[in-house]
Amino acid sequence: MRPLTEEETKAVFEKLANYIGKNLVHMIDRDEDDAYCFRLHKDRVYYLPLPMLNLATSIARPNLISLGTCMGKFSKTGKFKLGVTSLDWLAKYAKYKVWIKPSGELPFLYGNHVAKAHLGRITEDTPEHQGVVVFNMSDVPLGFGVTARSTLDTRKLEPTGIIVFHQADVGEFLRDEDTMF
Amino acid sequence: MGRRAKNKQADPTPLPGTVPDRSANSRRQNKKKRAPSAAAKDEKSKFKAPKGVAAKSGKERLPAHRRGKKVDEVDEDDSDLDEALRPGDFSEDEDEEETVKVKSIKKGKKAASSDDEDIERTGPVKQLEFSDSEDEDDQEGLNDDDEALPVGQHAFDLDEAPSDEDESDLEMDGDDFDIEGGSDDDDMLDDDDEDRDEEDSAFASSGDEDEAMVGEDDDDEKGIEGEDGDIQTNLEDELEETYTLPAVDNGGEGEEFEHGTSLRDVEQRMRWLVGVCMGKDEKTSKGVPGKSRSDHFVQLQHDIATYFGYNTFLVGKLMKLFPADEALAFFESNESPRPVTIRANTLRTRRRDLAQALINRGANLEPIGKWSKVGLQVFESPVPIGATPEYLAGHYMLQAASSFLPVIALAPQPEERVLDMASAPGGKTTYISALLQNTGIVFANDSNKARTKSLTANVHRMGCKNVVVCNYDAREFPKVMGGFDRVLLDAPCSGTGVISKDASVKVNKTERDFQLLAHLQKQLILCAIDSCNPNSATGGYVVYSTCSVTVDENESVVDYALRKRPHVKLVETGLEFGVPGFKSFEGKTFHPSVSLTRRFYPHKHNMDGFFVAKFKIEKRKKPSKAAEVEAEAAEEEQPQLKLDESGMIVEEEKTKFDDAEDRELIQESKRKHLLKTKGIKLNPKSKPAAASTKKGEDEDATTKAQIKMPKGKKVTDSRRPKKA
Repeated sequence: MRPLTEEETKAVFEKLANYIGKNLVHMIDRDEDDAYCFRLHKDRVYYLPLPMLNLATSIARPNLISLGTCMGKFSKTGKFKLGVTSLDWLAKYAKYKVWIKPSGELPFLYGNHVAKAHLGRITEDTPEHQGVVVFNMSDVPLGFGVTARSTLDTRKLEPTGIIVFHQADVGEFLRDEDTMF
Repeated sequence: MGRRAKNKQADPTPLPGTVPDRSANSRRQNKKKRAPSAAAKDEKSKFKAPKGVAAKSGKERLPAHRRGKKVDEVDEDDSDLDEALRPGDFSEDEDEEETVKVKSIKKGKKAASSDDEDIERTGPVKQLEFSDSEDEDDQEGLNDDDEALPVGQHAFDLDEAPSDEDESDLEMDGDDFDIEGGSDDDDMLDDDDEDRDEEDSAFASSGDEDEAMVGEDDDDEKGIEGEDGDIQTNLEDELEETYTLPAVDNGGEGEEFEHGTSLRDVEQRMRWLVGVCMGKDEKTSKGVPGKSRSDHFVQLQHDIATYFGYNTFLVGKLMKLFPADEALAFFESNESPRPVTIRANTLRTRRRDLAQALINRGANLEPIGKWSKVGLQVFESPVPIGATPEYLAGHYMLQAASSFLPVIALAPQPEERVLDMASAPGGKTTYISALLQNTGIVFANDSNKARTKSLTANVHRMGCKNVVVCNYDAREFPKVMGGFDRVLLDAPCSGTGVISKDASVKVNKTERDFQLLAHLQKQLILCAIDSCNPNSATGGYVVYSTCSVTVDENESVVDYALRKRPHVKLVETGLEFGVPGFKSFEGKTFHPSVSLTRRFYPHKHNMDGFFVAKFKIEKRKKPSKAAEVEAEAAEEEQPQLKLDESGMIVEEEKTKFDDAEDRELIQESKRKHLLKTKGIKLNPKSKPAAASTKKGEDEDATTKAQIKMPKGKKVTDSRRPKKA
């Protein structure tokens, strides 16, 4: 477990900013008594409160499996990939959101993109290729992805057209439980 | 499968069904007698008449006869040696003799029963094996008869046909028969005979078992029982097909003892034995005359083991926990699954919202009970309850009702530091985290690295942000980290409380397993206690739980902890229900407060068998006092030691410092420190040298030799004037 290097921090923040924009500040600059930090452990980036950091130093590196919230992992080529485990934080600070109809829940949870037919609501003036968090109609976060079209363009789209490219969904907890950690 | 199905269909019906069935059976047997090969049959009977007469007449009288009588008669046919062995009760030899003999009869009758032969050839056959193979054989025989019935178009013909075969077989082996001294009314009394034989053996063997238990010869027993179980399971399947109704008359209590082939008979006898062992019911409490209660009890154990497919060791172990009727209820409830329960994740949702969401998906559920505010019991659901969007979003956890209990007992408070020593797959961990409302910190440990994956996934799915997952052997724990406000130890256990979930426990647990587990649990509980911070303002609690019901994994572990850690005491678990733990068991008397622990049983509480104990870790009062006393003693001792060394200074040292001496000592230690910092090793011998002035020259030489660095010379030079 170690702090992120400059490059790593940049990679992580870029990805996060794609979803939560300026709200990223709220994740970094927090109150004194509620301070959080990013730490890298075995290629994975964890976001954890400071008191936990201090306590977790007692755990030897090979024995430490996870702490706080896993935000994602660095690939071998040095790219950062957000994981579905970061969904809590993304959903909390998300700038652009997409709500999908009940009929679209399961297709999305099976790892499919969001088609227009399944679209319930979408944040106004969402640009193209913007990271969005996907909710169901009762505001339960289900995953996140990247918009294929801007909000304006979606109007013209046919019902089968893809609106959000799938990136991660909570179905992975079942599908990829073994490889997730 | 067979057993359960039988449970459902069979119980209520046997009485009305039995009589007709039996008559049908006998009719068939009559038919056999009148079979097309009647001529041959006659011939054979003639042929056999001279030898078999006594036996035949004896056996035809038989139906109402007692077991002992029958054996006698069989023996009559046998050699003199057997007669010599005969008297009264059943010695082992006799049984074995009988075994072999009856088997050979079987062999004659059914050449096809190859396994029978195999068993025979393995040499000295144990009674139990015998009884089972016999049983099986019997079933096969019946199978042959009955299987034909549903399949064939002409019931009558087919009914005759197998009997035909039987006869021919008999004829073919007729000589053997005579030599063996078997009787030709074999087919006539076929069933009854075997019933009785089986019964004999079961009873006798159980008697042997008794002896074995006294002699603590467990291994033998297990060996036998293992085979017993295996064969019995085969038997069930066959029974399932052939018997739709019990084939034997179960009139009186005594009669029941006579017939014991099918599982149903075993079951009936089992229930009757429960009555006998309880001694409550006037009618049934008499038992078999001349047999003690313990005999009945042993037979009951044996029957339960047979009927439910356990090994006898485990049955014996579990039977000690309950009175006979309750034990039966326990074993029966292990056959049915417990209700599916889920726990609403208060970090993400409320129970009411969750219930509404699931009802919208068509599930049928209701709150689990008054004792839990987050539990829901799911009766049925059209969608898989473990894969709904709500589940994936972490709104609930599939969790047995029993695993709520230790966390409720632990009652973690916000801002606390909690340790879960054996946490996978995380049901309890996430519950703790939810009770902490994501404050404080939870250390979730599991010794199995593979299992930490699902643990981590669950922790993240449930949105627990205050959890650290680590992978240690839990016994390392006070070393890795201590000072926890609360510690939950859900110890690895034999799983005797969750047999309904994992039936393999029935046969794969041995005495050794229990010993090893208990040992591990005792180590773990001490680690748990030592990891807990007695000075914690809010906490200082340890909860110990297992999903086992045996005493040596529960009360005795708790008692061990109480003895080993005197500053620990048991407190109320805070659970509204549950049975108090045993205060004493099998002559062992536990600490009286052990009754504060709680046991949960499948047959009483409709949840897995479970055990929960809650400890309060108090400040080490007595040990600290003792330590103080020790420290004082040490303080007193130290000056005395110094007195011995220096010889000169007496009691003054206690009261005041001797500056001159101190200076010397200080300089000496400074010098040593200097040497150390320069990396020169100083031989311990040099210290006494410094202390004693008289040895001067020699010591110098040695010190010179010992101090290898060139600077050492300088140092020793500087020392010289001091000494002189």
